[in-house]
Amino acid sequence: MFPVPLFPENASTTADHVDRLYFFLLALSGYVALMIALLLIYFSVRYRRRADGPRPPRIEGALRLEIVWSVVPLLIFLGIFAWGAHGYFVLTQPPDDAIEIYVVGKQWMWKVQHPGGQREINELHVPVNQPVKLILTSEDVVHSFFVPAFRNKVDVLPNRYVSTWFHATKPGRYHIFCSQYCGTNHSGMVGEVVVMEQADYDEWLGGHSEGSLALEGRKLFLKLQCVTCHSADSRARAPVLEDLYGRDVPLRDGRTVRANEDYIRESILDPPAKVVAGFEPIMPTYKGQVNEDEMIQLIEFIKNLRAGQTPTRTEETPPPAVGAPAPKKETPR
Amino acid sequence: MSIITSPFRPQGIALAPAPGPGRRPVHYLNAAYGVRSWLLTTDHKRIALLYLVSLTLMFIIGGLAATLIRLDLLTPSNKMMHADTYNKMFSAHGIIMIFFFLVAAIPAVFGNFFLPMMIGARDLAFPRLNLASWYVYVAGAVMILWVIFGGGVDTGWTFYTPYSSKSSHTQVLPTLVAAVLAGFSSVFTALNLIVTTHRLRAPGMTWFRLPLFVWSMYATSFIVLLATPVLAMALILVGVERACGVGIFDPALGGDPVLFQHLFWFYSHPAVYIMVLPAMGVVSEIIPCFARKNVFGYGFIAFSSIGIAVVGFLVWAHHMFVAGISVYAALIFSLLSYLVAVPSAIKVFNWTATLYRGSVSLQTPMLCCLGFIGLFTMGGLTGLFLAALAVDVHVHDTYFVIAHFHFIMVGGTVMAYMGALHYWWPKMTGRMYPEGLGRIAAVIIFVGFILTFLPQFVLGYLGMPRRYHFYAPEFQVLNVLSTAGASILAVGYALPLTYLLWSLRWGEKAGPNPWNATGLEWQTPSPPPPHNFAETPVVTCGPYEYTLQEEAASVG
Amino acid sequence: MSANTGALWEHYENLEQQHEANVLGMWVFLATELLIFGALFTGYAAYRAQGDYSASFEHASSKLNLGIGAVNTVVLLTSSLTMALAVRAARLGRRRALVVLLLLTALFGTVFMGFKAVEYYEDYEKKLVPGLAFDPEEWRHGPVKPGPVQLFLMFYYVMTGLHAVHLTLGIAIMLTLAVMAGRGSFSPRWYAPVDIWGLYWHFVDVVWIFLLPLLYLIGTHGKF
Repeated sequence: MFPVPLFPENASTTADHVDRLYFFLLALSGYVALMIALLLIYFSVRYRRRADGPRPPRIEGALRLEIVWSVVPLLIFLGIFAWGAHGYFVLTQPPDDAIEIYVVGKQWMWKVQHPGGQREINELHVPVNQPVKLILTSEDVVHSFFVPAFRNKVDVLPNRYVSTWFHATKPGRYHIFCSQYCGTNHSGMVGEVVVMEQADYDEWLGGHSEGSLALEGRKLFLKLQCVTCHSADSRARAPVLEDLYGRDVPLRDGRTVRANEDYIRESILDPPAKVVAGFEPIMPTYKGQVNEDEMIQLIEFIKNLRAGQTPTRTEETPPPAVGAPAPKKETPR
Repeated sequence: MSIITSPFRPQGIALAPAPGPGRRPVHYLNAAYGVRSWLLTTDHKRIALLYLVSLTLMFIIGGLAATLIRLDLLTPSNKMMHADTYNKMFSAHGIIMIFFFLVAAIPAVFGNFFLPMMIGARDLAFPRLNLASWYVYVAGAVMILWVIFGGGVDTGWTFYTPYSSKSSHTQVLPTLVAAVLAGFSSVFTALNLIVTTHRLRAPGMTWFRLPLFVWSMYATSFIVLLATPVLAMALILVGVERACGVGIFDPALGGDPVLFQHLFWFYSHPAVYIMVLPAMGVVSEIIPCFARKNVFGYGFIAFSSIGIAVVGFLVWAHHMFVAGISVYAALIFSLLSYLVAVPSAIKVFNWTATLYRGSVSLQTPMLCCLGFIGLFTMGGLTGLFLAALAVDVHVHDTYFVIAHFHFIMVGGTVMAYMGALHYWWPKMTGRMYPEGLGRIAAVIIFVGFILTFLPQFVLGYLGMPRRYHFYAPEFQVLNVLSTAGASILAVGYALPLTYLLWSLRWGEKAGPNPWNATGLEWQTPSPPPPHNFAETPVVTCGPYEYTLQEEAASVG
Repeated sequence: MSANTGALWEHYENLEQQHEANVLGMWVFLATELLIFGALFTGYAAYRAQGDYSASFEHASSKLNLGIGAVNTVVLLTSSLTMALAVRAARLGRRRALVVLLLLTALFGTVFMGFKAVEYYEDYEKKLVPGLAFDPEEWRHGPVKPGPVQLFLMFYYVMTGLHAVHLTLGIAIMLTLAVMAGRGSFSPRWYAPVDIWGLYWHFVDVVWIFLLPLLYLIGTHGKF
């Protein structure tokens, strides 16, 4: 006989928030449903029709009773709302020390890219007891990244970055399901989160290296000749990109925008949309020249670009030695 | 000789004279014969029967799709059908059951048949529009059947873009047309019901003497009229995108797939109230009759229908908590979703209180209503889970949601539909159904239903997503339980189909008021004459004066 | 028995009740029409409100033929005048005036459609039809991007197209009413069909009044 699971594993800090509210609601609903059922049964039996039975009285209603059973449920509902909202805030606000991992969903697989360049398909290796923030996008239709053990879900949209986070508490393997219908193999778009002890995770990272995302992004930055305009010279045709991420950027049309992943992506695919104040709209578009994976690499490069680190136009970057452990977060020089 | 057995009836009802020996009474079924007299009828009662036949057919086809789904889900892999076929199955099931059964079921059959009679009118305000609504429905139904049997559609009934507009290779365009046609049909019916309620009430039939069924029909029609056009437009825009290759939800052009979701759910959330309010109206009719007592809290029940209709328009994005809306939007929609739960709770309490010190008889219509209250309450309570933001993140798009809405739509609306069918069967056909079989069917449906859908709550919280053809092996036992329940449920539905048809020929002949109910529809012969009332009745009291009726009976 | 009392349907007590029911029915129907156009206005507003898109929307709007738009507005407003006068003629029992005014209304509607057809053809020639005649590169300068331009144009065609469908139906109905009026179907006691389809006609006109600024005028930037 198979074991029949009746409750999902609890493997994240946020799962507790969800489960506690769930059990309360279960108790409340069970109580109310039972009460109604018992009342219905009791009334049906106690007041069943009898030939000699008393005539039913003419009761139109009772205002006080109506108010009580309107207001009391309302107050309970408001309490549940507040509890759920609190949990939601926790679920949607990642801590600052979360490590970031990129996920690209496409029909019908999940492609994962770690900042150190490690790539996986349909698996997501993460360390235990460490907040992890996922940054996700879709290459085609709307998907949804769902990890039941973490009680976590986010719809993954095309042409946009969304994020979610979790803090795994137990090593193990946990289902990843796509939970937004996306076509033929929607139910096959599944995978596993592999939560490992920190030491095992470090070892895993070491054994799966390629160039880090930022390093690959730097190579693209040179290959696509971005550096021609985006040099370290502030009098150049294009803004310097050092320390850009997270800053407020004043635009030519008077607006100010926050430089985040969406902004960087848009500036590469549709440069005239947001031109920085003091510059001309002369940047060409790179649509068709950069796919989603490469986009993530460029974004990681720019996110990690600190003062003085813009490459020079004539530099050559040696490829990383084969077999050598990849640096976790390389600062390009 | 009067053929009204109840000593209590409103003044001014003139009955058709009793036929002499050898002459059959003229009623709406035998007033004219021939296909043309049916296909060109403007009699609201005949149109209701036309709807009844078409809706039953669609229900059977939608049910067959469900059967195949549950059979396929017996195994996590090693499947009996290809993934594409499975996707078409659940799409067909959802599209048929929602657009071609639930939305129209109670309004187009019982609303059409009984709303005019309940208010003392001889027909609906626009009889030809009524017939047109049936033809538009049939056009949509023929179209969707042609799609389903001719290759199918695999977008799900929710048609999310960009899958439906760019990615799916199935017959999306004709499906959209069929859904829009079904929508227009419901709009015509709703328009008719609203104008009829406003303008064709008999003298003395004030708003607060209306049967609660009329109130719920009114609220339902209000929703249909305002929500359906938005869906029609959203679907038309997807159709335009598919047909022209250029779309307004296309992310490559800067379009927003989430905009489609907003437009879609702006209809589809109120749609669930379209599907449940009429059922609540039916329950409000049957409970007082079988408890021999006027309903508890008439005003509260009436206004709660309006409240549900209005607030129901403000909660649509609770289907989109994880879809990419802002945290603040999510908060507002969650709060409003809790507000809309209150009027439903009020109704349940009022119905229960109606039984207090009543004289309860558990015939089939009453059993169906008690089943409704139990299952609707359970389904509604699980709505509290879904409205809670933190919990919804986990259970959204899982079997928890599927169980929730089936508890309300099937455990609720379909049970109430069965109750209405049994309650009004003698009036519509002049025949009684076999009561013993009716009770057995009600119990089988209740038991089968619970076994089918209760395990799905567990599956959902475990994490089994919706629309999954292959699933993780640990979910199998619960799926097998669910399928077992479905087979019992199928038997429960097959029973009435057979004995109701049987009763048409061999059922006991019914008098005008076999339930001794109040209400103008019971003051006519069974089946009613073509124009319902020979003279417009005059109403002098409220709709559920069972106590007065009992007093009159004991005095007279 | 005159044609007028023959107009009473069996289930109504009197013509007045029947007229009121018809009028209420039309208002309810117009509410649904408001929602169907409302969905389009909402989608349009949602996109235009996104800061990036307004430049593209305004630029694309400036390419539409405002001249034809303006003429069409005058034509449609005039048709509403003739329609209102037609309802008045019906109420006063002036049969010939009623027929003429209904025909004039239909005529103005047809003139509108004629100009619309010319305009659509011109849009095609000016390569303003995404998917059919459209060059994305033409629309890539400054803050203007081809994507939102196509979004705007799709809204333009769907909104004016839906409006045109409603107008065409209205013209057919006007002609039918004119024939019925010619045969004496209406009188001061029964003219509800003229009344209610007049309401419909005015609604179609009002929709145009909202379409005009949103589609044609946002690109003018105070030129007038």
